Amino acid sequence: MMYMMDSVWPSIFMLILLFSGFLCLYRIARGPTAPDRTVAIDILGTLMVGFCAILTWVTGKDYYMNIGITWALLSFIGTIALAKYLEGRDFDD
Amino acid sequence: MTDIIGVLLITIGVLFDLFGCIGLVRLPDIYNRLQAATKCVTLGTCMILLGVLFIAGIGSSGIRALLCAIFILLTSPVAAHALSRAAHRAGIKLWDGSVVDRYAEKDRND
Repeated sequence: MMYMMDSVWPSIFMLILLFSGFLCLYRIARGPTAPDRTVAIDILGTLMVGFCAILTWVTGKDYYMNIGITWALLSFIGTIALAKYLEGRDFDD
Repeated sequence: MTDIIGVLLITIGVLFDLFGCIGLVRLPDIYNRLQAATKCVTLGTCMILLGVLFIAGIGSSGIRALLCAIFILLTSPVAAHALSRAAHRAGIKLWDGSVVDRYAEKDRND
């Protein structure tokens, strides 16, 4: 396996992914409705799986990939639960 | 050679992630945001994981990356579909510039 400790590319990739994560956080904070925030949370989880994969590549430790798999599973279950919760009508009507 | 292919795949994947998140911020309503962000970020993350598989080879981290890519490819469209259906049922309005709403027409005809 190629260890990239001396190269600058993994840092650039991780900075781009962190910037994308901050864009998702902006949408979570700003989003006008609840489904907007749910979409942003789902996308943030998928981004973090990619971040864990890049950490696996840089450090050579395989347990970061366990974190990624667990994060993907929990993100999927959370998104399905929030969608089921949002599908009910409001309390007004 | 596999290292070069892997780094190329990771580069393209990271750029897809960035463009998907720009779409998440810039587009006008939830349905547009959902389709831009879900498609771009699913493809981008799967390409990052495949790049890690190419670099690491068939080993403990490569197999886990492949497993994670298959899982994301299966579950991300399901989550997006459930979420768009929930948003439509919850009464979220479409953007003013949207021209057609087949789901509402189908509900009206039934």
